[in-house]
Parts: sequence; C-alpha cells; structure tokens
Amino acid sequence: MSTATGQTMQASAPALSFPGRLRRLIPRRWYIHLLLWITCFIVGFPVLYAMLVSTQTNAEVTSFQFTPGTALEFNFRAVMFERNLGRFMLNSVLLAVVVTTGKTVLSLLAGLAFVYFRFPGKWLVFGFVLATLMMPTEILVIALFRFVSSLGWGDTFWAISVPFLASATGSFLFRQHFANLPAELSEAAQLDGATPLQFLFRVLVPLSWNTVGALAVIQFVYVWNMYLWPMLIIKNEALQVVQVGLGSLRNVDAGLTYGPLMLAAVIASLPPVIIFILLQKPFMSGFAITRDK
Amino acid sequence: MPDPSLLLLLAIPGLIGAGYLAYEFRRLGRPATWGAAIGAATGALGPLIFMLPLNFCTFEAGRKPLDMLIGGVLVAAGAALALEAVKYVVRVRFTPKALGEAQHQQQGIFRGWLTPFLLLAPTLVILVLFLYYPAIDNFRLSTLLARLGTPRTAFVCVDNFTRLFHEDYYQVVFNTLVISTGIVVFGLLISLAIAYLAFQQVTGIGIYRTLLIWPYAVSPAVAGIIFLVMFDPVAGVINHFIELLGGTGLQWIKDPWLGRFTIVAASIWKMLGYNVLFYLAGLQNVPKDLLEAAAIDGANAWQRFRRVTIPSLSPITFFLIVTNVTYAFFDIFGTIDFLTKGGPAGATKVMIYEIYELGILEYDLGKAAAQSIVLFLLVIGLTVLQFRTTGQRVTYGA
Repeated sequence: MSTATGQTMQASAPALSFPGRLRRLIPRRWYIHLLLWITCFIVGFPVLYAMLVSTQTNAEVTSFQFTPGTALEFNFRAVMFERNLGRFMLNSVLLAVVVTTGKTVLSLLAGLAFVYFRFPGKWLVFGFVLATLMMPTEILVIALFRFVSSLGWGDTFWAISVPFLASATGSFLFRQHFANLPAELSEAAQLDGATPLQFLFRVLVPLSWNTVGALAVIQFVYVWNMYLWPMLIIKNEALQVVQVGLGSLRNVDAGLTYGPLMLAAVIASLPPVIIFILLQKPFMSGFAITRDK
Repeated sequence: MPDPSLLLLLAIPGLIGAGYLAYEFRRLGRPATWGAAIGAATGALGPLIFMLPLNFCTFEAGRKPLDMLIGGVLVAAGAALALEAVKYVVRVRFTPKALGEAQHQQQGIFRGWLTPFLLLAPTLVILVLFLYYPAIDNFRLSTLLARLGTPRTAFVCVDNFTRLFHEDYYQVVFNTLVISTGIVVFGLLISLAIAYLAFQQVTGIGIYRTLLIWPYAVSPAVAGIIFLVMFDPVAGVINHFIELLGGTGLQWIKDPWLGRFTIVAASIWKMLGYNVLFYLAGLQNVPKDLLEAAAIDGANAWQRFRRVTIPSLSPITFFLIVTNVTYAFFDIFGTIDFLTKGGPAGATKVMIYEIYELGILEYDLGKAAAQSIVLFLLVIGLTVLQFRTTGQRVTYGA
C-alpha cells in the first residue's frame, strides 16, 4: 500500500518539484532548442555569410570557401580609404542623431501642448497633425524635390534633415503617454509655480524614458535606413548618407567585388544594431508602434 | 470655360447630401429641415474641391467617356468628403462627450493660449512646408504636362490619369500586388511560426529572441546587397547549395518570376524581426484560461492553436498586414534598387519604383504625380481600414 503510494508519488512528483522538473525538462525540450538553433542560424545566415564574404577575395568567394578569407584588411582599406565609407558613415551618424533628437524634442513639445493646455481649435490642430500619418514622404518625393530644390537646399544637410524633424507618431505617442500620467503631477507643478518647460523637462521627461527610448529606436533606424530621398536630393558624394553611398562600392576594381561591398554592408548595419541592442528593453516594453517616416 | 448648365450637375450630390444629413439630424433628435439645408449646401459645394481647380474640364465638349467618368468619380468623392466631414462635426457637436476628452482624466491646465501654439509651431511649420505643401503641389502637378527643366507647363486636365489606363501601368500594378501579397502572406506565416517557437518557455529563450529579432535593424538597401551576392546566378552561395544537393543553379534575378521571388525573400527576411517582435507580444496576451478550457475540453495542441491562439492574434495580424503592405509599397525601394532595378523586363518594377523612374529619370513630373496620387489613395484606404478595425490603439507613420 505504502509502496504503491510512494511509486505514484515518485511518478508524479518530478513534474512538480524543482530539481525533478529540471531533470525532465532537458530531455523533453531538447528538440525545441534544436529547432531554435536551426531557426536562429537560418535567420542569421545572410548576415553571417556577409561577414564571411567581407573577409574574402573575389576568388575565395567564387570558390565557396567557408572559412574566413585573407582579404579583410585589404577590403577594409578599400572601403575606408579608396572609397568614402568613413565619410558616409559620419554623415549618417550625424543625420540620425540630429533627426532623432529633433524629432523627440518637437514631439515632447507637441505632447505637452496637446495635454496640458486648452486652446481654440485643439481638435482641429490635432487632426491636422495626425492626418500626416497618411502622407508618407515617399509618395511626395517628386513635389518635395521641386520644393526643396526651389529653396536652394539641393546638396545640403538641411534637405535631408529638416523635412523629417516633425513627427505625427511621436506627438501622438507622447500625448497618449502624458494623458495617462496622474493628474496630481501637473497640479503640484502649477502650485509650485513651475513653467511649462520646467515641468516638461524636470517632471515629464524623467517619467517618459521608456517612450523616449522606444521612439528613439524607431526614429534612428528609420533615418539610418532612408534611401530614396537622399539619393534624389544629394548629388555631392561628400554629403551622401551611407545607404546610398553603398551603391558606389559595387565596383572597387573592375567588376563586382563582393568582399568590400559586403564589408561595407556589415559596417553600415552596425550603428542601428547597436542602438537596437542598447535600447532593447524600452523598445520591447515601451509600446506597440511601428513603421516611421 | 465652364458651362453654366454644368452647375446643374451639382444638384445631384446636393439632393443626396440633403437626404443624408436630414437623416443624420433626425437620428440625433435635431430638426431634419436644418439637416436637409446643410446637406444640400455641403453636397453641392463639396465637388468644387476638385472641380474648381480643374475648371470642370472633364465635362467639356469633346471629352472622352473615360474623362467624364473620372469627372463623375471626382464629383462623388468631393461630395462624400465634405459630407463626411460635416457629419463628423455635427456628431461631435450634438453628441454629449462622444469624442471629447472624457476618456482621459482631466490634467492640470497651464494658462495662456499663445504658449501651446508656440510649442506646436515648429511641428506645424515643418508639416505644412514639407508635407502639406508638397501634397497640394502634387495634386496640381498631376493636372499639368510638366517636365523638369522645361519652364513651360500646360494644363492637361485629367490626361495624366487617363494615360494610366494602359498595359504598362497594369503591369506595374500587377507587380506591386504580387510582391506585396507574397511579402504579407508568406512573411506573416513564417513570422508566426518563428514567434510561436520563440514563445516556448525554455532556458535562454531571451537570447534566442534577441537573435531572432535583431534583423529588424538591417536596412532595405543592405538586405538588397546581401541577397544580391547570395542569389548571384554565377557566384551566389544559394546556387552553390542547390548544386551541392544535386540540382542545377537557377537564374534568380535574371528571370521575371524568380526575380520577384528574390525581392519577396529579401523583404520577408528584413521584416522578420519586426513581425516576430509583435507576434511575441501578441502571444503573451492570448488568454490562458481560454487555452486551459480548450485543453480540458479535449482540444489537441493544433486545435488550440488554430481555434484559440490565431483568433486572439487577429488584431496584431491585421496591424502587421498594414505595416507589411506599407513596407512593400515604399521601403522596398532600396531593396529593388540594389537587387534588380525593376528588371528583368520590368518584372519587379513596383509603383514607387515607377514613380521614381518617371519623375526623376524621365522628367515626366505630371504623370509621376498622377501615379503618386494613385498610391496615396491606396495608403488612405489602408489607414482608414486600420482605424476602422483596430481603433486608435495602433498607429503607423511618423
């Protein structure tokens, strides 16, 4: 009787008690690890392959050598010194930092105005801002190109930065975020005689780092990945962003040279990946939001 | 010159508008006669949004039936836009707290009406100059025979639009539909499968998730470059694998359908991390009690997935459909420009690529502007659909 109970207990206990569960977990779940390994490998393969090719000479690439090649230094010199990759990267970093910062600040100001002020036509203004969600810059490139050129901004940093400083997504997000903060905050701030800007930067911003971080990831990646617009408006190679600049690396000597091209592609992908990994937490927890423009 | 008798044309939307708003007023418990009067005015004046700039040119003598048809559609669209706007204002006005600020708790309010406008000024100025003005200019351009570099432009009514009813443009639309459908359908299926796998509770799952999500940060252009090298018919590693497995290498980007496939594959890969991220978030919100109840009722794992998990994910799925379609409409440009440049034989030329080729390479601004408007209408349709289905919980754009 007692033996029978003991056996039943032993049979069911491992599923409940911790060490037993751990023991059963590993053999039972190994195939999930295997599947995850395979999936991660397939998903990561294009980039792994790009990294591999970036160390190789053309001959090594075309002979499908799957060990690191001998040309990493040569390829690096080719893209950095013979070509302008360093310059392109610098331009892109500058652009992404300026636009991300500008968008965040302007969106914070707009959020402040929409939540903590009462003014005539508020809903109309809000609708006016929100409606721009339906106007991706890409659709308007032809007209935007005419307008920006007529300002004399062709081939300037202004042309690729200023049009992107306002953000309907950002304004909308901060408005939602502020509206859900406790009302006591703003009441207390007013009793203390804080100005709106003091309130924004001393009280609201410290409470909004998750939203700021999430927005920053999206904005940074968006600006970094811009392609069509800089390609149209920037003709001077010294001002070009890296995404478009990559195109000029297709042919380093005569013919398509895979190594330098792949190395440049890998280098060009580093900043957004670093930003993504650094800000992963706020990005994941910050909100449910998406594509930006 | 608009024929005065054309003004009679506006009587039709006027009548419809009168009936429409009279009904709306009665529903809200207001005098229907007022509704009829406002509706008649709105319905009759709404079409002028399009007809005044066009100077009623679609109804001139000697115009083709297609022009007249476009004119008719524009009259209807103008009336519908104006009526919906007025209806919205009337609803807000007459329905207590229907759309007001009531959902949010009342925040403390700073004084001053000028300050908010100062705070909003930079945003508004930039939106007006770099989005609204180009949008309006784009509409104007679409009625002109305008070429970049030529000073003379001529008004051509809706000819830029009627020129779109042509085999070449049908091909572009077809490519766009095929490529975006491929990206959405296969991309979401693969993403859901991967997200489901990454949702399993195993040790180190956080690391797996990061490894699966980070390709989000890779740009469309870089995706194009990497796939260009991988799918190279001669030196590409994909053909090498196929040959290792005993097959013969394919002509990937040199063949119309394989070229489309390569574009779709590169885009799916680029969007994968993003989709997986949202599906993971969605899977965390699938009601556990429902899954348990289904298990108790004897549903097997597949049935639970099919009948409980997938329906619970439908808001996220819909949201991802919209974002993936937007991706396939616009951001795909970088991928295409590196991989196929719209080729072979125009098989991967999608709408945004055609706009670029026409407007920038061939200087045909009018026709490019007309195509922009077609794409614009698709985006508006998508956005409206999205708001209708999911309310304001999810947004896209900047």
